[in-house]
Amino acid sequence: MIYTAIVFLPLLGALIAGLFGRIIGPRPAELVTTGFMLLAAVLSWVVFVQVGFQHTTAKVQLMRWITSGDLEVSWSLRIDTLTAVMLVVVNTVSSLVHLYSIGYMEEDPHRQRFFAYLSLFTFAMLMLVTADNLLQMFFGWEGVGLASYLLIGFWYKKPSANAAAIKAFVVNRVGDFGFALGIFGLFAVFKTIQLDAVFAAAPGAAGKTFLFLGYDVDIMTTLCLLLFMGAMGKSAQFLLHTWLPDAMEGPTPVSALIHAATMVTAGVFMVARLSPLFELAPQALQVVTFVGAITAFFAATVGLVQNDIKRVIAYSTCSQLGYMFVACGVGAYSAGIFHLFTHAFFKALLFLGAGSVIHAMHHEQDMRRMGGLASKIRITWAMMLIGTLALTGVGIPHFYGFAGFHSKDAIIEAAYAAHTPNNYAFWLLVIAAFMTSFYSWRLMFMTFHGPARWAHVHDDHAHHDHKDDDHGHGAHEPHESPPVMLIPLAILALGAMLAGGVFTNAFIGVGHHGSADPYKAFWGAAIFEGRDNHILHAMHDIPGWVGFVPCIAMLAGLALAYLYYILAPWLPAATAKAFKPLYLFLLNKWYVDELYDFLFVRPSLWIGRALWKGGDGAVIDGAIDGTAGGVINMTNRVVKFQTGYVYTYAFWMLTGVAAIITWVMLNGGGAR
Amino acid sequence: MTLASLSPLWPELIVAGAAMLLLMVGVFRPETDNDGEAVGWLAILALIGAGVVIIQQPTASQTLFDNAFVIDGFGRFMKLLVLAGSAVALLLAFDDFRDHKHMKFEYPVLILLATVGMMMMVSASDLISLYLGLELQSLALYVVAAFRRDDVRSSEAGLKYFVLGALSSGMLLYGASLVYGFTGSTSFPVIAGIAKSSVAAGNIGLIFGLVFLMVGIAFKISAVPFHMWTPDVYEGAPTPVTAFFAAAPKIAAMALLCRVTLGAFPGFTAQWQQIIVFLSLASMLLGAFAAIGQTSIKRLMAYSSIANVGFALVGLSAHSAEGTQGVLIFMGVYLVMTLGVFACILSMRRQGGAVDTIDDLAGLSKHNLPMAMTLLVLMFSLAGIPPLAGFFSKWYVFLAAVNANLWLLAVVGVLASVVGAYYYLRIVKIMFFDDAAEPFLPVRAKALAVMAVSVVFVLFFVLPFIGGPIVEAATAAAKTFRY
Repeated sequence: MIYTAIVFLPLLGALIAGLFGRIIGPRPAELVTTGFMLLAAVLSWVVFVQVGFQHTTAKVQLMRWITSGDLEVSWSLRIDTLTAVMLVVVNTVSSLVHLYSIGYMEEDPHRQRFFAYLSLFTFAMLMLVTADNLLQMFFGWEGVGLASYLLIGFWYKKPSANAAAIKAFVVNRVGDFGFALGIFGLFAVFKTIQLDAVFAAAPGAAGKTFLFLGYDVDIMTTLCLLLFMGAMGKSAQFLLHTWLPDAMEGPTPVSALIHAATMVTAGVFMVARLSPLFELAPQALQVVTFVGAITAFFAATVGLVQNDIKRVIAYSTCSQLGYMFVACGVGAYSAGIFHLFTHAFFKALLFLGAGSVIHAMHHEQDMRRMGGLASKIRITWAMMLIGTLALTGVGIPHFYGFAGFHSKDAIIEAAYAAHTPNNYAFWLLVIAAFMTSFYSWRLMFMTFHGPARWAHVHDDHAHHDHKDDDHGHGAHEPHESPPVMLIPLAILALGAMLAGGVFTNAFIGVGHHGSADPYKAFWGAAIFEGRDNHILHAMHDIPGWVGFVPCIAMLAGLALAYLYYILAPWLPAATAKAFKPLYLFLLNKWYVDELYDFLFVRPSLWIGRALWKGGDGAVIDGAIDGTAGGVINMTNRVVKFQTGYVYTYAFWMLTGVAAIITWVMLNGGGAR
Repeated sequence: MTLASLSPLWPELIVAGAAMLLLMVGVFRPETDNDGEAVGWLAILALIGAGVVIIQQPTASQTLFDNAFVIDGFGRFMKLLVLAGSAVALLLAFDDFRDHKHMKFEYPVLILLATVGMMMMVSASDLISLYLGLELQSLALYVVAAFRRDDVRSSEAGLKYFVLGALSSGMLLYGASLVYGFTGSTSFPVIAGIAKSSVAAGNIGLIFGLVFLMVGIAFKISAVPFHMWTPDVYEGAPTPVTAFFAAAPKIAAMALLCRVTLGAFPGFTAQWQQIIVFLSLASMLLGAFAAIGQTSIKRLMAYSSIANVGFALVGLSAHSAEGTQGVLIFMGVYLVMTLGVFACILSMRRQGGAVDTIDDLAGLSKHNLPMAMTLLVLMFSLAGIPPLAGFFSKWYVFLAAVNANLWLLAVVGVLASVVGAYYYLRIVKIMFFDDAAEPFLPVRAKALAVMAVSVVFVLFFVLPFIGGPIVEAATAAAKTFRY
């Protein structure tokens, strides 16, 4: 009952706000959806404690969905620790974002629609994380994609928002194609897509091969790679990441909810959920590690030079997702999910904080036009500071650490313990950690410190660039956000400060000297580890220096940022000039978009044009117009026989008889 | 022969007896403008009674009169359709005839006589009973076509129908005499036995007989090229009569064609199959193309019925249980759709009288949405759009054709449906998107009831408790013949 309530309260809210929003007005719609979400969030924490610490897993069958031949799919909720963690993440962040949006979207005329979409998204995400079979997961997967599309394009009058929404949709299709193929493949091999049944049958298929695209390939590796393709799309991994920065066209609360805390982590969740499959496919896991490490590194480099406050955080998200995949790839699923859990708090905090800054600056997003805001918006500054400390992983070992200190450093240690070739994963992550620290502090310094660069510019700029969400304030002074926006920030800040320390033992804690591992008790059967997978233990048996490397990287990043943006503000420009090609390479995001434009967009446009002008216009339209003309012509001729005279009719009857007789004489008579 | 041995004949006896009785009643009652009302209701009662008796009959096959008359599953299915078609067509006639002050008692009596003829056709298993049934039906039909004597077009329709019908009867008789001459028997089972034997193999005289026999029946089902009377008669005859023509006689004639081909000439499959394929192709194509240019909705329905007969023949040409089942289902669904459409056509009334051009339907959705929705559903169904009944009826016949490797028929059939969809959907377009014409008078209760039943049937045919029993009954009925 409680599970059903958690899942369906958001849907109920979405339906009320979406269908009756016009009737009940914006404020009731906001209150209903937010109220339902808060209730769902509280219930989620109850479930989290029950499942995680009292070990009461459950399965709730809601209805039988599809029965067709071998395919039997029912609609049921799978409640285990993994689900419970995700429920907490999704519902907590979602409810806070709902609350925050009441303030942030205050003057938007279409608030009902916004809240309906937000709740709809939450419902879809809950469907995804509670899925008991892959079809249900795919339903949620596509549902969040839809909601994401709707919310990115929420300001549909803005062409850039529409373009970004379409881009997100299309890029995700590529990943979803792989995901769908993976599901088909699983069904083809196991004749079921029910998770438990697949998990039970999977060891039998390990090491066996089947024919795929004409090649004889390993079953588990192929299927896991296909499934991972879906994860790459949804979690914006390298090569399929291009939609995520553009998605920042959506309202900032959306970025916080969907494009930082929940939807983009669906890929990580999926890999962890399917850990019994991935554990059987070591090669696939190597790919996961590689892609994750590359993404972590790549996104961090791009984040170094971005000037849009939201894009910096977006690339940061991309990079952190890379960390999570590295954790999964080396077998430390619980560490990946732990980072997912903590990341949700501090990244949502950073986004909502950025939203608060943008709100204060009357929708200015360019950090070059900010600076010196710390004294104007004190609370926001403090919140952002906490978020930054959590992201960069500040902490004192064995004493206290912000959220990222526990989870991110655990991943870096796991990467070392996994002994990837040349330790590439470890070093890439360390360098990424250094860059994370640099761009995070760069963001802080450029936004809140140094000279104010906004007084004379934001006025005209804000008003012609962001007409749709223009708040139309008369005052030009940056102003602190209302309490309804600050309270969610405070709660998230609390999470960012405490989530790491409080939950480390449960999520990734190992027992010392042979005593039971707390993490195993916590996760139960939700996460599967192969017999030879001792990564969480190995993490603790690493050389002492490895533990300090991330810390040093973080401090170096902080120092460098301080030097560049506080002590010597002329240095960034000089560096950019000195290493111009490199700077441009980063500024243009490794030219991935340009490459895609050249490889895919232009050829498709060309093919599309050719098909449209030549194929559709000339051939199809021509054929249809021609056919239509032919039909009319034929009709006129046929109707001409219909003279109205009986003798004509009799004549045709006799002609018909004669024709048939002739035909059977020539053809049918003796031919038997 | 004792009277008791006639008991399987009860349905026919009821209808025939009612015809005689009601004729007497009508003759001896004082003559008025609308003296046929009570007679009409009694006639409907007789038709329903006959239907009830048919449902009660045992499922086993029985023969009467030296194998001339057969009562079997196929016959019962078709007879029920015929009775339903006659009853509903008669029901629709009341209001329209009363408008013209012409609800005469002769009309129900003639319908009953025609129905007896049709039931005879459905059960015919001998060349003699075949001809008796056919003529009994035809003579009644000639008269009802010209029933509105003071109307030139009605008289013209009756006359045309009569002259051409006489020609076709002549051909049919010629064919029957050839068949008798070459086999020495008029009984279908005997003919079938001889036709199957090697003696008759490729006998050109017998084939001639078969061809002429089929031509005579093809005229009755208005298959191309023996269809030319159809548009003129449909247009000229009073609309209730047209509704009747389009429904029951088509079914009876189709049943008769099945009896002749499947019952008497299973040995000549190769020969008659070619003819049926030709008739089917020609009917589907001509029906589809010729309907496009029509402005009168009655003429349009004439071409529509020609095309539909073509589709039904697709099922027959497969010469399989599946195909026959397809024919049965198709005719049943066709009956319901046709009567529904005619109920709508009969409701196209303005202050000055009834109208029948397609343009009169313009903007119907704006002043009578229920009627427009009814026509929409029926037109979609006629066009064969799933999940309406019209889709399934076509599905069964095409499936049978494909399984019998008659690919050409199936492909042309689907293409013809596409062309047909054009004129069906054009009516929908005119009703919903064109500027509103003058509103019609309110729909009357009897037409409304027919519309409602047909729409419910068409919409929910897909549900197992509506379509299921019909499909099952058709499957059982199709097993009557040996393939």
